[in-house]
Amino acid sequence: MTQGGVSRFWREIPQRYNLIGNQCEVCETLFFPPRESCPTCRRKSVGKMKNKKLSGKGKIITYSIVHVAPEQFKGQAPYPIAIIELDEGPRLTSQIVECDLNDIKIGMRVEATFRKIQEEGYIGAIYYGYKFKPAKV
Amino acid sequence: MRDVSVIGIGLTKFGELWDKSFRQLISEAGAKAIIDSGIIGKEIDALYVGSMSAGRFVGQEHVGALVADASGFSHLHIPAIRVESACASGGLAIRQAYLSVASGMNDIVVVGGVEKMTDVYGEEATNILATASDQEWEAFFGATFPSLYAMIAARHMHEYGTTREQLAQVAVKNHSNGALNPNAQFQKPINIETVLKSSMVADPLTLMDCSPVSDGAAALVLCAADKAKNYKDKPIKIIGSGQASDTLALHARNKICTFESTLYAAKMAYKQAKLEPKDIDLAEVHDCFTIAEILAIEDLGFVEKGEGGKAIKNKITTIDGQIPINTSGGLKAKGHPVGATGVGQIAEIVEQLRGDAGKRQVKDAKIGLAHNIGGSGASCTVHILEAM
Amino acid sequence: MSEEKIDIFIYSVFLPNICDLNMKNIGVVSYGAYIPSCRIKTEEIAKAWGKDPETIIKGLGVIEKSVPFLDQDVATISVEAARAALNRISIDSQDIGAIYVGSESHPYAVKPTGTIVGEAIGATPYLKVADYEFACKAGTAAIQTCMALVKSNMVKYGMAIGADTSQAAPGDALEYAASAGGAAFIIGSENIIAEINETCSYTTDTPDFWRREGRKYPAHGGRFTGAPAYFRHIMGSATNLMNCMGVKPQDYNYAIFHQPNGKFPLKVAQMLGFTKEQVKQGLLCPLIGNTYSGASMLGLASVLDVAKPNERIFVTSYGSGAGSDSFDITVTDEIKNFNKTKAPLVSQLIEKKQYIDYATYAKFRDLLYWE
Repeated sequence: MTQGGVSRFWREIPQRYNLIGNQCEVCETLFFPPRESCPTCRRKSVGKMKNKKLSGKGKIITYSIVHVAPEQFKGQAPYPIAIIELDEGPRLTSQIVECDLNDIKIGMRVEATFRKIQEEGYIGAIYYGYKFKPAKV
Repeated sequence: MRDVSVIGIGLTKFGELWDKSFRQLISEAGAKAIIDSGIIGKEIDALYVGSMSAGRFVGQEHVGALVADASGFSHLHIPAIRVESACASGGLAIRQAYLSVASGMNDIVVVGGVEKMTDVYGEEATNILATASDQEWEAFFGATFPSLYAMIAARHMHEYGTTREQLAQVAVKNHSNGALNPNAQFQKPINIETVLKSSMVADPLTLMDCSPVSDGAAALVLCAADKAKNYKDKPIKIIGSGQASDTLALHARNKICTFESTLYAAKMAYKQAKLEPKDIDLAEVHDCFTIAEILAIEDLGFVEKGEGGKAIKNKITTIDGQIPINTSGGLKAKGHPVGATGVGQIAEIVEQLRGDAGKRQVKDAKIGLAHNIGGSGASCTVHILEAM
Repeated sequence: MSEEKIDIFIYSVFLPNICDLNMKNIGVVSYGAYIPSCRIKTEEIAKAWGKDPETIIKGLGVIEKSVPFLDQDVATISVEAARAALNRISIDSQDIGAIYVGSESHPYAVKPTGTIVGEAIGATPYLKVADYEFACKAGTAAIQTCMALVKSNMVKYGMAIGADTSQAAPGDALEYAASAGGAAFIIGSENIIAEINETCSYTTDTPDFWRREGRKYPAHGGRFTGAPAYFRHIMGSATNLMNCMGVKPQDYNYAIFHQPNGKFPLKVAQMLGFTKEQVKQGLLCPLIGNTYSGASMLGLASVLDVAKPNERIFVTSYGSGAGSDSFDITVTDEIKNFNKTKAPLVSQLIEKKQYIDYATYAKFRDLLYWE
């Protein structure tokens, strides 16, 4: 049976597996996820955006413990979701794992790890990607 | 650009309206607005309607044509435009309608907002609301819509010392206002204990920190200001209109605790109106979550950044305060049928400026402001109105 | 079990010794391990089913086992182990020419785990990949394949992974030991830290434990899994290897055997003439359970974590169905330059733990059916 929607998430495997962002060659700003052009340099940056793998290391800017979760995440609730600022500058939103809920703090150092993000029931595809765990300081 | 006035308003009750369909809601609100305005149907030049996600809530797109039809105007073959900006769909529909009259293109326009959220089951409604956030980079990874505002609250608490009790006070105040509003979804006052003890949705926001899922519709009739007196003795003029956008994902913003979309939309509106925050007598702001009201009053310039949590205790934003906020009950108590909210806010301001707000009436209300936000702050509209 | 004499004499008496020989300069370049941090105690499972914990612990020799979180599976465990292996050396992941992931709980029945690992470590697209299945010895079979590819110069490095998050039917005896974990080995011929001197296998069609296509839980032959299965094949492969190499158990510093419980490996070691001391370092089952395809691989990783140059290691895995792979390994001087601290040691992974109760375990292991 056909299962649609896979291409939408397959396209982003380099981002989800390896945190591949890109960099404007003109002003050297880093972006994650990658952008088609740099908002500052605009037309000067077209064709000058270079793929760049980010380190996956960063710190928590803010977080919340999600108690009421959507279907795909139900079994995991309560789980922490956070906005993380990577050392290279870009920020992203991701779950925190391997950490007691009471031990999460704003400012905490974290690093990326590879986990299952969601799956389409028992029949559909499985999507893997980044979550963040406490970094050894 | 010429001036534009509001000459008619109409609202349905907001709430879980099981026996009213999407079409019934919008035609009810539209009819009330048209009757209130004194115009006749043939005078309507165009119809604007704000609806966030009719496609997913009721499986229906092509909403402009649908609303014209449901309202009985298809035989006039007027232009009908559906506008979408997530939770700011109503505010944006008003702005688009306003611009079409101000530009001279239309003389009389009806603008409505509608959402029918209870035809899907609760969890599906939550999923649909999440389409206001970044589906690829926020929702996909497990960020629910409330969790985005919860993260804003956590950061606001971290940076400014705002407390959970201060968040709860917003809910208490708005419920107490809503109890005075016959159209509000919730008409019973609540206390702080209730808010703090209700079930956790996304820390630190509990169920009572969140606006409800609602059905409802609201509509206005806009008219070129120089013709308005033909219909209404006391037309209410739109003296400022602003709109702004920002990054879709919360994590991509310049600041977590400031909605720059509010700053810029408000700046545009204040500039046009030639006014400052202190000139505003009352405001309807977008309190989809309690923290959102705190952010709004800071970003609109009513209080200093970081001081929003204290506004209720210091009697600044209470109904008897310096600048009453959300006398209608806000999204929290009045309800939040997404597309209707922005239009409902203006309807409340108009009632207040006309002196028709009954028990909620703010004394000497002359200038009012309506603030409508989309998603976690990716879009914003601000309108300022003045009693003529 | 420990009192019985296991008679496998009737199976192996007339077979000549056969080895491949000709292995030279092929071995382990790096390795990495991963064990999920959740644990459930044997006594917790026993209580859920109304059994006496003491009896079970005494009989199985398993005190607690590892449990994967809801968002962990063989793909995530394999990626963690693979990345750990790569963190310890500096090679270009593009030089990895093949990845084989052995498991009996691959996330997909059709769609390889190996490609997910390949993308996650940046080894794609010029890469040979396949997933392996041979019950608990799929990982060691992958090592043999990588050895052959390296020996024939078809690849510069090959990566063999054994990982599992195996399911056991609720209330079944297997539930006490079926756990989660995995290890990755990079096989090559440069900068080898542990040279594989020889390998051989012993394979027959013996249905001791199996899982039919489309079914969720395995079935097994009860006591049949002992003498005709586990013991016959380990003994067959181990004695074959030692006879070919002309060595005795005393020639080894360490011995690692497949560990479905805490008792069988000690018994087979004794039968072959190995001591408890030799087996100790590679015996992880009592604290993490049976990681199936990861078991012998994690045992070897645990030994390499402490091994010194010139020490000799004996490994015999076992996979139901049935077969055993044996390896004769000598640690090289190169291990002194090996950056093992760049990734968690097996002992560190074992120590990092948090306990869950049976209800949480049932939720994590998808024992509850939810629409």
